[in-house]
Amino acid sequence: MTQPDKITSTTAVKAPDSPPSFASRIPWRSVAIVVPFVVVFIFLSAFPGSNFLTFLNITNVLDRQAGMLIIAAASTLVLIAGGLDLSVGATYMFTAVICGTFVIKVGGVAGVWAGIVAALLAGLLVGLINGVISTYLKINPLIATLAMSFIILGTTKLVSQFGKEGIGQIRVDFPEFRWIATTKLLGISLPIWIAFVVIVVLGIMLWRTRFGRYIYAAGGNAEAARLAGIRVNLVRIATFAITGLGAGLAGVIDLARTPSAPENDAIATSLTFTVLAGIVVGGTSILGGEGAIWRTVLGILFIAMLYNGFTLLKVDPLFQGIALGAIILIAVGFDAWSRFRRR
Amino acid sequence: MSAEAATAGAPQLRVELRGVGKSFGGTWVLQDIDLEIEPGRVHALVGENGAGKSTLSKIISGIYTADTGSLVVGGEEVSFGSPREALDRGIATIAQELALVPALSVAENVFLGREPRRGGFLDRRQLRRLFLELAGPTGFDLNPDAPVGTLRTADQQKVEILRALARGASFIIMDEPTAALAGRDAELLHGVVRRLAASGTTVLLISHFLGEVLELADTVTILRDGRHIRTSPAAQETESSLIEGMLGRSLGSVFPDKSEPPVGTDAVLEVEGLVAPGVNDVTFEVRAGEIVGLAGLVGAGRSEIAHAVYGAMPRTSGTVRVGGAEVPADVPGALRSGLFLIAESRKEQGLVLGRPIRDNVTLSNLAQLAVGGWVRTGAERRESREALARVTVAGDDRRNVSALSGGNQQKVLFARALQRQRKVLVADEPTRGVDVGSRRAIYDLIAEQARAGIGVVVISSDVEEVLGLAHRVLVVRGGRIVAELTGAQMTEENILNAAFAQPTASERPTATNERRGDEEA
Repeated sequence: MTQPDKITSTTAVKAPDSPPSFASRIPWRSVAIVVPFVVVFIFLSAFPGSNFLTFLNITNVLDRQAGMLIIAAASTLVLIAGGLDLSVGATYMFTAVICGTFVIKVGGVAGVWAGIVAALLAGLLVGLINGVISTYLKINPLIATLAMSFIILGTTKLVSQFGKEGIGQIRVDFPEFRWIATTKLLGISLPIWIAFVVIVVLGIMLWRTRFGRYIYAAGGNAEAARLAGIRVNLVRIATFAITGLGAGLAGVIDLARTPSAPENDAIATSLTFTVLAGIVVGGTSILGGEGAIWRTVLGILFIAMLYNGFTLLKVDPLFQGIALGAIILIAVGFDAWSRFRRR
Repeated sequence: MSAEAATAGAPQLRVELRGVGKSFGGTWVLQDIDLEIEPGRVHALVGENGAGKSTLSKIISGIYTADTGSLVVGGEEVSFGSPREALDRGIATIAQELALVPALSVAENVFLGREPRRGGFLDRRQLRRLFLELAGPTGFDLNPDAPVGTLRTADQQKVEILRALARGASFIIMDEPTAALAGRDAELLHGVVRRLAASGTTVLLISHFLGEVLELADTVTILRDGRHIRTSPAAQETESSLIEGMLGRSLGSVFPDKSEPPVGTDAVLEVEGLVAPGVNDVTFEVRAGEIVGLAGLVGAGRSEIAHAVYGAMPRTSGTVRVGGAEVPADVPGALRSGLFLIAESRKEQGLVLGRPIRDNVTLSNLAQLAVGGWVRTGAERRESREALARVTVAGDDRRNVSALSGGNQQKVLFARALQRQRKVLVADEPTRGVDVGSRRAIYDLIAEQARAGIGVVVISSDVEEVLGLAHRVLVVRGGRIVAELTGAQMTEENILNAAFAQPTASERPTATNERRGDEEA
């Protein structure tokens, strides 16, 4: 075959990768939660006679949100890694009942510690099962954890038969156990401290560790992560396990706080939804690969603040759900818009 | 073939481009294109990968909008905002990747979205009748009730064509229609194109297969580096005149000087009796400092071989050794033993697009960069910058990797590969969708790796690329290595002969048809 004449051509003009425009430099996704959070915070603080910005009110809100914050922070990892956990509410209730059952049946200080350890282990186990079935068994995590939550709720009822005498809820109103919720350090309750530590640890883990990078990669592009040598399934299972453990911790804390085990499927369901709502409102993508724990914290606190504000301003609570739903739609719409912008 | 023949139902469209240009991220991929496409003819577009053929066809079909110049359809200046609008004017595209619903029948696919209905339900009898009416004139022999998923690719393409006709298309763009077809099916499709033209439809044919172009087209347009070189009647062109027009520049300016093939060095990669899905008993070795090209058609099993070697796909049997030590069948194990794969599709298999450039560079090496799981950001920044400097990617590496051009994204993957000393580097389609400037830089990187004593395997559908880089070429067909070419045997003809195999050769009537390039990215 003859080789044709050769002429060098330089028609393709290569420009440097164009610098981003001003609008695209603004981290819209971060703005999405910070701005409304600050606006509502200032509004509630400045509202005449609202009692919002008082030490007591703020610590009360945080105390009540401690368990939710722990679960939401952990669930954020699952979502970023490309999974989804709809069983957190059920796990939370399950672990609370297990903890209460041990506290009552074993009794004394030994019973308290047995209860705490059993609850954490139960949460971890649920998380591991969620992880394995949604990765190695290739069942979509939405379906897998939905099915698991039914199984867990059923199991919860089975366990609670042992834990209580007669009808009603498991009550653990003993000081040997309740110190978990009642202890105060520097005027702030132990649950808030625990939640704070969990958030900081998970946040730093996501931000600065190899595992954190792997979580982002697994959710951002699972195939690329796999070919880069990351064991994507193990990473995802680990995020589910951490979430199960978080739900267990939250179960223990809220059992000590209330101090009776919530045995109501509706509570479990609404907890799951609120956790998801907080994550999404915070700006973590439901599609995985993006997000941050601090955003989830702001998202959860934003919802809590909103509810608190409604109460303080004596607005009919029936508007709370409507307002929250609208906010989720706006948040997700904003997310879609900011993704579109980036193109 | 003359197509002044029959003029069927649909109105004929004269499509004209006047001074059309298009740029992506500052690179002009098309410039000053003046072109007239006569109705009722087969008009072929030829050119190298990246010459602008696909971009041009996408402007006509409404996927892209021209940055300069204008598109004139039927004497009227138009600006299509979407393929939908182009389709409304009678312009349809049969893409390489077919968009059919496998579970639905042939007739249902053809009338998808515009099925005849009666009282809200699908009217099957009417559907059949409409289908036969439509298919009759084209001479396509298809069972309207067969599920599309059971058809062979050539027949599926007929379904796509019928769907375009059902939507009133009179101008059909076919982008590499025979790239994925074996000899017999390709022949069938040639018949389809002839019948379409005979029934008055205009066909814009994009093809790398020059024999096919000369056989089918009435008119041929040559593009090179985004410019219109010439348009002439196919009868006046020969394969060598087309090649001359398409290349127009020295191969030497594209490829780095080849180093001498290494003599007497040890094999760094030994693959023996490898069997995996799509891989049938593959045995080969790569010596230190050697560049081995894996050539073959799309779907021949080249990427499958790469994935099986890399442990990204389960192996049924066979062994892979790197530097004499057996490589376990999983990716982390392969990485540890010094093997690295730059996969075929950088967007799907390579990069995490939402993340910074730096994270993408260091993704495979975090184990070495993290002490007890804690990423040492200083070391990471240093290594990322060093690796990016080696592959000539400038700028802040904290930017999102999706902000980079295709060529620079590919270089980021090379940076990931080169961050550690490897023993074997496998690059699958390393220059797909990469501009000419970056392409040379990537070739230099590959050559440099080989000179440093690394065994390199280059998989490419671009035969020139394989010939320009490799010391030795292995041709893959049907998951097997069917030919090993060295020295003077390394010619385009030999590669293509082996890639297309004997059964195909006997079906081809003329020798000219044997000269085939390969499909475009």
